[in-house]
Amino acid sequence: MRADGTFIAVEVEDAAASDSELARKLTDACPVDIFATNDGGGLEIVQGNLDECVLCRLCLDAAPAGAVKVIKLYDDAALLA
Amino acid sequence: MRLFEFEAREIVKRAGIPVTDYGFTTNPAEAAEIARRIGGPVVIKSQVLTGGRMKAGGVKFADTPDEAEAHARDILALEIGGHMPRGVLVDPKAEVEQEYYAGVVWDGPRKRPVMIFSPVGGIDIEQVAAEQPEAVGRRHFSNILPFSGFEAKEAIAASGVTGSAMNKLVPILTRLARLFVENDMTLAEINPLGRLADGSFVALDAHMDMENEARGRHKQLLADLGVGEEETRQAREATPFELAGEQVDAQDHRGVAGNVTEFDGNLGLVIGAGGGSLTLFDAVRAHGGKPANYCEIGGNPSVSKACGLAKLVLQKPGVDKIAVMMSIVSNTRVDIVARGVIKACLELEMDPAEKIAIFRIPGAWEEEGFKILQRYGVEYADRSVSLNEAARRAVEKIQGVAA
Amino acid sequence: MSILIDAETTFIVQGITGREAVNLTRECLDYGAGAKVVGGVTPGRLGRDVHGVPVFDTVAQAVEHHGGPIDGSVVTVPPAFTKDAVFEAIENGVKLIVIVTERIPRGDVAQMVELATLRGARIIGPNCLGIIVPDVIKMGGIGGPAKNAAQAYTPGPIGVISRSGGMTTEMSSTLSAAGLGQSTAVSIGGDAIIGSTYAELMPLFEADSSTQGIVIYTEPGGRMEAELARWVTEHSSRLPIVAFMAGRFMDEMPGMSFGHAGTIVEGKEDTASEKIERLAQAGITVAERIEDIPGMIRAKIAERGSGALGATAGAAASQGSPA
Repeated sequence: MRADGTFIAVEVEDAAASDSELARKLTDACPVDIFATNDGGGLEIVQGNLDECVLCRLCLDAAPAGAVKVIKLYDDAALLA
Repeated sequence: MRLFEFEAREIVKRAGIPVTDYGFTTNPAEAAEIARRIGGPVVIKSQVLTGGRMKAGGVKFADTPDEAEAHARDILALEIGGHMPRGVLVDPKAEVEQEYYAGVVWDGPRKRPVMIFSPVGGIDIEQVAAEQPEAVGRRHFSNILPFSGFEAKEAIAASGVTGSAMNKLVPILTRLARLFVENDMTLAEINPLGRLADGSFVALDAHMDMENEARGRHKQLLADLGVGEEETRQAREATPFELAGEQVDAQDHRGVAGNVTEFDGNLGLVIGAGGGSLTLFDAVRAHGGKPANYCEIGGNPSVSKACGLAKLVLQKPGVDKIAVMMSIVSNTRVDIVARGVIKACLELEMDPAEKIAIFRIPGAWEEEGFKILQRYGVEYADRSVSLNEAARRAVEKIQGVAA
Repeated sequence: MSILIDAETTFIVQGITGREAVNLTRECLDYGAGAKVVGGVTPGRLGRDVHGVPVFDTVAQAVEHHGGPIDGSVVTVPPAFTKDAVFEAIENGVKLIVIVTERIPRGDVAQMVELATLRGARIIGPNCLGIIVPDVIKMGGIGGPAKNAAQAYTPGPIGVISRSGGMTTEMSSTLSAAGLGQSTAVSIGGDAIIGSTYAELMPLFEADSSTQGIVIYTEPGGRMEAELARWVTEHSSRLPIVAFMAGRFMDEMPGMSFGHAGTIVEGKEDTASEKIERLAQAGITVAERIEDIPGMIRAKIAERGSGALGATAGAAASQGSPA
């Protein structure tokens, strides 16, 4: 799944997106509530909060390598490393 | 936060200091009732926060209840210093033999409250202090030790007053000092404190300011007095623009977007932090610019808050461009503010490169911030460009002169 | 050399688990030689750690763990609890307290200051960003992350005192860019009552041989500048002073609240123009623009004594500071 704000986009691999344990971890980790878990335990990206991303990398740390991508739309789609 | 005279008198009364048998009303007929109850000549006093009531005709004497009603009607409709009265006080005209001054105020450099007392009351204490310094007694007092009567006694003695008056005054001044401390006042003044023929004292007027930061500790008192939570009691009432600014600040606790003040120029300002706002405002004016507003962003504002403030300023009638400038920031993020102000432009379907005259915020996360500004073609400056120079460029741009 | 703090200063952070304190702790540990943050205090969180700094319930526990008196504390506790936290620090032997918290009622501040004086302790702030000795140590959020602070602040002969945190960094950065580093920069806070005023810090700078000149930032409102002018005149200070004053436009709008809590303009004494006049009479020059400050302070130092700057630059160079 992918959602785009004006400055930041977030992409999560499909397999990871349906992992409810990971969904919970991501929801806990993000200090600006970009991630949420729906009733079925699935991951949701909160569109309205994308541009609040503080590039803290806590979501990247919480997920398996490559499962989550944070894209800087203002920097030629450079990935947050 | 300034308190009205009728509120201050109520506080004085609650503190156990003798007051006259006054009444407060917003209704001319009721003023007549109060005058009837008092049964003698009265004074009708406008309840406004501004000074100069007497001169403006806001204080009138009435010998009969009918006169009281007529004066009340006039005064309730009388604007003083840009303010309409909250109501009027109907005060018995006291037979005073002598007027004194008693007040407590903070002394910043001494970091203590100071009690000021004088047997020359009824006029401006600053004038007395200048013309008759030996008639003004001062006593700083501890904020850790509970106030003790001898401290009031020393203030009285220093003004030259002695005898039975001193002994009657000590408990009154002690209560005044305690109410100052207990209610977090920044000023508590009784002027005049009148001495009646029988030697007793009564407060004929009261003026108090409560510290804004402490309002939260006195909710019950303020509610009892009828002070609304939303009342700011500034010298000038807040404009809709300013109130909207307060809303932007209140809607999100992340960071500060505050002190939005309306002016009427064409250059909108999104500025901070601390002294940076003051410095930048000065600089814009020094270069002939016409600010549309003053404000202070600081702390660590969210994109949403920065966006909200920028949008408010961009939409103000008469604003051609905005300048986004701050002193070097430590905990405010350059990239977050950049996102916020650019987003404001985009959401209003304005071109950031055209609407933002200059962006000058050096400091935390500036590399990321500069990338964002470059991407949208916004003119920006790093720390090598001073606040003053940034302001100059903003003014130049808006005046259409080639840089 | 410096005033108030040096490489050996030990301090705790009260309120250490809060959002701002967590950042500030990291910054202090990373900056310069690395501050000796020997503990943090957040009631109820005994046993946790923040960036490796142990957290305690009480200051007393922190002192016991340290095995002796702790020099200082950075207090970030919310306004309703600040007085209690500061009293706790003072009563447990802490002698230097930097209060970051803003919006504390001045009655509380007056009590903290009075207790500190009784116990021989010193308060910096409240509503301040702290103290920094360039390349050595910082105590508080001043300058931000270590990398940013290192850009703005460099070691040198100028003592900086400012009522605004952001302006401390702005002025210091301007001085650094002109080759005039700072011996110590102190953000003293913007409130009406503060722990240490300009005049109260002057004797400390006076006694610090590496300080050759002073730069201050000031705003209208309050009488601290008059106090400084008086001190300078009474003590024939060896240190030339340049002041930058913001908020001159406030002369035209009395009664409004701008900038810091201490900046409400009331009565003639507090206007910007009168203040500038008073400072000038004491030999304190007021700069019109921040970029003018380095030239002005350099000239005044040269006027005072030959070679003062040369000697300091030499001393600074031998301490390994950048040229």
